[in-house]
Amino acid sequence: MKFKTFAAFVGPSVFMMLLFIAAPLVSVFIQSFQVTQSVLEQVEVETCTPGFLTQTCTTEIKTVPVLGDDGKTITETRWVGLESYRNVLQMDKFWEAVGNGSWNDIMQIDFWRALRFTLSFTLLTLPLVIGVGLAIALAVNNAARTIRGPVIFISLLPFIITPVIGSLSIYWLFVGDGILTAMMERWTGTNISMFAQAWTIELLMYFYRVWHVAPFAFVIFYAGLQTVNMDTLESAVIDGASRWERLRHVIVPHLMPLIIFIALIHLMDCYRVFEEIVGFRSQAHVISLQWLTYDFMTPDDAGNRAISRASASAMLTMIGIVFLLVLPLRRTWRDHKGSAH
Amino acid sequence: MSTPKAMQQSFALRFSSGAFLAFWCILAAFPIFWIAVMSFKSPVDAFAASPLDVIFGPATRANGDGLSVPDIVIGLIVLFFAIRWAFTRLPGLVRQYCPPGYLVLGWVFGAVLYAVSFILIFFGLLPLILSGLNSILGPLGTPVLGLTTEHYVAVWAENEFYRNFLNSMLVTAGVVTISLTVGTLAGYGLARSGSDLAFWLLILALVFRALPHSVLVAGYLPVFINSSEILRPIFGEGAPTLYGQPWAVIAVLVSINQPFTIWMLRSFFQNIPAELDEAARVDGCSHFQAFRRVIMPVMWPGVITTGLFSFLLGYNDFLVTSLLLDAQNQTMVPAIAGYFNRETTTTDQVEAVAAAVSITAPLFLLVMVFQRQIVSGLTAGAVKG
Repeated sequence: MKFKTFAAFVGPSVFMMLLFIAAPLVSVFIQSFQVTQSVLEQVEVETCTPGFLTQTCTTEIKTVPVLGDDGKTITETRWVGLESYRNVLQMDKFWEAVGNGSWNDIMQIDFWRALRFTLSFTLLTLPLVIGVGLAIALAVNNAARTIRGPVIFISLLPFIITPVIGSLSIYWLFVGDGILTAMMERWTGTNISMFAQAWTIELLMYFYRVWHVAPFAFVIFYAGLQTVNMDTLESAVIDGASRWERLRHVIVPHLMPLIIFIALIHLMDCYRVFEEIVGFRSQAHVISLQWLTYDFMTPDDAGNRAISRASASAMLTMIGIVFLLVLPLRRTWRDHKGSAH
Repeated sequence: MSTPKAMQQSFALRFSSGAFLAFWCILAAFPIFWIAVMSFKSPVDAFAASPLDVIFGPATRANGDGLSVPDIVIGLIVLFFAIRWAFTRLPGLVRQYCPPGYLVLGWVFGAVLYAVSFILIFFGLLPLILSGLNSILGPLGTPVLGLTTEHYVAVWAENEFYRNFLNSMLVTAGVVTISLTVGTLAGYGLARSGSDLAFWLLILALVFRALPHSVLVAGYLPVFINSSEILRPIFGEGAPTLYGQPWAVIAVLVSINQPFTIWMLRSFFQNIPAELDEAARVDGCSHFQAFRRVIMPVMWPGVITTGLFSFLLGYNDFLVTSLLLDAQNQTMVPAIAGYFNRETTTTDQVEAVAAAVSITAPLFLLVMVFQRQIVSGLTAGAVKG
């Protein structure tokens, strides 16, 4: 295919990606070093109240935003260097807390709290998703042919459901007087509130994510199981391999590329954990990196959006993505060079 | 196929595997099933402590809303035949009355017609007949299963949820159409070009796919809010403010979705033998003609599958739409977050549940109709690495 034809085919797609993905990245990078504020000026205001004999007048100096010709406040954009990063990272407080050796003090700082949750969420759900997905795939493969269709249908439901709605549906089961909380209270005889402390919320979030993603792993593993070489399996049986050994030495190595694929996709998606925070309404207890950026961008009570801090936290989030992708990309690059020669 | 004797499984293993599967199915379906049940009950029943109370709804029944035994039996029969008819007779009718070449349009028309008539019969005609029947039957006609649709009426009519629904449909339809048009061309180009450039584009797309969406939105937001000033030198006085415009959100979602779309379509196009378009090229077609005349007729399975995933992205999105659209043209998923702020009484909570179920219902239908395509889409990317 000539370059010109290739460019004509890919052009629109590349243009959109450059305009809406690459360009915003650059602008976020620049914004993170800038601060946009409305220009303020100090005005002397004399206020008089009617009094006996004479008016009582007081003068005071007020800070008011400067209005432009069109009646809007004038804003100015300044370069502030790393100030926004400092505001997000709060390194002084962080080192102080490290100096005190106090883990709780570090967790008081939003960014470190978000980082801690995002990382433990990503790393803890990964083995669970792969394990549960593989278990379902093996069980379905074992089941009679007639029930496989309905089982796949039911399994797809948690995967396809809107993430916010999915986490809400679990939230409603456990909320104050929800059905499962009531059941647990009856069993244990104690008063349980699942959304009053951080660790129970986190537990429910892990559960939700495994519930939501395991079907994806299941479908892929199930497709992989159909292509397992029967001859190898039979020879393993002849060699006296037990069921467990066959799984360990024949089936899992066969599925290895799929496991890596799922792990990669799962790491990417989990690192962006966001909808759970909205669904479980856990802002007060548990937050994630992406939620932190989102929170900076939502207007506060005065209607201001902290764009520069949002940009700084977005750039910090990006650093994690780089770490996440370095290994797989190096591997792909080596494969590509290998196939070229 | 008979399994070799050594491969046969002991009863305990078969039993535990079956039990695990049953457990998983209950786990997978229970939360969704339960919110569906809750949404039809009065607030007292929906948050009752005993599961039986939630299912049978005594408080709802006491209000006079409920289904009697004949209601349930006849309703289930009608439902069964309606679904059966949709899967057995409807495809034939569509094929018979649809002019050739407009099959997709015919299906859309058929589905809409079917949905409207189903709603008219099931929610309009059937209750009329059954209420007459119940008054004749006497004791048999008393309700046994509490069920009320008041929350749905409140959500859709009083809270004007249909506006959000229409916005959702507009955004999703835009995302699916544009992302498929742009993505098919790119996917085909990438699949047929073995150059280094194509490889690097795919890697770049993979990196873009990993980006958290909030990072990108942080880039759009200031530009979108001030866009009328930024664009004034180009467009003059009529320069639009992009913030709050559905088509701006469509463009954003299409671009965010593009990396995934081109990867998926590329793997589908690689499955179409290259000899096909080479033959067309030998017969004197240009690349574009070969694409139009030879590839387009055979690419629909892959395009439909990719379209489903684009649909899911546009439909399920919360972050982008909640930040870039304002309250007037909010889509459904962010709109439900509006219930959180005023979710003070249990009635509000059950209304939120009803809204959530309303959002889930189209997805349920989607899995029912397109299960095979979704599964093939999930595996297409993976099995080829």
